[in-house]
Amino acid sequence: MGALDFFGGFKLTFQHLTRPTVTTSYPKAKRPKQPRQHGRHVLNRYEDGMEKCIGCELCAGVCPVNCIYVRGLDNPPDHPVSPGERYGYIYEINYLRCIHCDLCVEACPTQAITESKMFEFSFTNRSDAIYTKAELLVDDQGYPQRLPWEDWREGEAAMTGGWMRATSPNGDAAYEGVVQWTADLGAGVRAAEAGQSGVRDDEATGSKQLRNIFPKHFEPEDVPLQFRGLQGKLNEAREKMPKRKRKDKS
Amino acid sequence: MNWLATVDPLFTNNGHVGLAIVLIVLAKCVLGLGLLMNSVIVMIWFERKAISDMQSRIGPQRWGPFGLLQTLADGLKLILKEDLIPSEADRTVFKLAPFLVLVPAIITFGLVPIGGEMTIAGHKVLLQVANPPMGILLLLAMSGISVYGVMLAGWSSGSKYPLLSSVRASAQMISYEAALGMTIVTVVLVTGSLSVHDIVTSQSHGIWHWNLIRLGLVPFVVFVIAITAELNRPPFDVVEAESELVGGFHTEYSSFRFAIFFLAEYMNTITMSAIIVTLFLGGPAGWAPNVPHLKWLFPIAWFLIKTIGFAFCYIWFRASLPRFRYDQLMDLGWKRLIPLSLGWMLIVAGFLVAKGWGFMMAALVLLSYSVLTRAFSLGQSREVGADSVLPIVGGRPLPGKVLREMTDEEGD
Repeated sequence: MGALDFFGGFKLTFQHLTRPTVTTSYPKAKRPKQPRQHGRHVLNRYEDGMEKCIGCELCAGVCPVNCIYVRGLDNPPDHPVSPGERYGYIYEINYLRCIHCDLCVEACPTQAITESKMFEFSFTNRSDAIYTKAELLVDDQGYPQRLPWEDWREGEAAMTGGWMRATSPNGDAAYEGVVQWTADLGAGVRAAEAGQSGVRDDEATGSKQLRNIFPKHFEPEDVPLQFRGLQGKLNEAREKMPKRKRKDKS
Repeated sequence: MNWLATVDPLFTNNGHVGLAIVLIVLAKCVLGLGLLMNSVIVMIWFERKAISDMQSRIGPQRWGPFGLLQTLADGLKLILKEDLIPSEADRTVFKLAPFLVLVPAIITFGLVPIGGEMTIAGHKVLLQVANPPMGILLLLAMSGISVYGVMLAGWSSGSKYPLLSSVRASAQMISYEAALGMTIVTVVLVTGSLSVHDIVTSQSHGIWHWNLIRLGLVPFVVFVIAITAELNRPPFDVVEAESELVGGFHTEYSSFRFAIFFLAEYMNTITMSAIIVTLFLGGPAGWAPNVPHLKWLFPIAWFLIKTIGFAFCYIWFRASLPRFRYDQLMDLGWKRLIPLSLGWMLIVAGFLVAKGWGFMMAALVLLSYSVLTRAFSLGQSREVGADSVLPIVGGRPLPGKVLREMTDEEGD
């Protein structure tokens, strides 16, 4: 090799011409979100309609950017808001500050605050950036409110809520098929993430693994098994087929 | 009318220059400029698309089909922006500099033969805006002037980074111009004419007559490298190294003046691709079927295909190669390309006289190469030796006695 190594870079860039693009033309085509996507917060309720928040302010305490403002108040005895002693009567999150680190979700003792996957929302003035309790609280079915300035994707509301571990054990063989999150209110328990084998029901977890989308960009040994060789070509063709023509896998 | 005839052979028409000839020449000028401007738009789009494909991105997509109008949108945005002139700037020179870059770029394109000949209204028309007898010299002169544009733009901005950039630009462009000129001399030697039209016609007898093969591969390679450096394109873009110099010489420019720099840069890229094709790949030469009325079309098509190929090569360089360091750039220019092109020129000249002379020249060049290599290695070792340490600027030199006490460990 030696001198020919110089042309290796040229070969690589030329090969990339033939490969599919990694990016999407965003507002027209949107890439599937990951199961652990951090988005806008949601304040959960119990099945009987009681709020889960007990106004303990742990979320506000743990927040690294001080974007949460909570004030607790004793529950009124005749019509309590939460099953505990106190409830959060003010709950505000400033989304100009929030970095979506999910530490508030980790800190919450009652799993009252969780993060949905919705991140596409915008505001035209600063006060609009502060979400109050009225906007954060889920509706009677347990689904998050779809506010007019937010861009919810189809089926996403069902993938919201559900407290999950901050550190993903994804890839650890011991966690193969183990569900790493609690139930989504109103939608039940989502399927488990893929472990090392990468086998997972994409419909149930609500997303598609990137390594399954871009197998052509990997070194040969990193390409997932189902995309290798002739069988891989067949599987690829199957993926491209319209859904109704595809034979049912299960 | 005699001096006009040197520019375009149409004017020699037996001393009779009618309205038709003037109109044809005007139309050629307008079409040439239009072609250049439009090809800039397409070139910018092509570069952005190709490089984004090489990086597995999508690239421009919003304006027009496949994002073709993106360049127009960018140009419009630049025109609508505020035109700022820094308070420290030398206003006249600051305003003049963009045009010093733009005008040579346009003039150079006028020298390129786009196709063969065409008969319009009974006149034989060269598909070339102008064909002066000293065409290649004009090319060199124009690339020399565009150095002034870059240099003055950087200097007149009254700002540090542009100044650094202009120092780099002038040094780089001048040193690569030497290698560039030497390779052009080999082409001129073998053609025996400075006129661009003659250079193209001398290569038109088939692929074995192309200068690429006739001169050996070396002048072509040297020319491509030197012209890439001349254009300040990656990997030789130390002049605009974003990570070091903000935007380079056009850091302080905004609005339309910035657009002019950008326009000129891409014009130069296209023009130089065309010049490479003209000098080494036979220009519009290529296979043409004998179709009665469309015979003029095939040379144009060949020319376009070759030029686009080289334009793609520039984009490919940009996607593949990391930027040279400034000293590496100078090393490549002075220590490699200039001796190489000079030696090759001597060999070519020798072979043109007689075979014996050619071999003698080759032996001579080999000998001087070994001497030169030895000289370079000696110089390299001296650079890191004890003598290379410079005295501290502005500091008071230590008295010899104190210095000896500090340095002589075992001194008794």
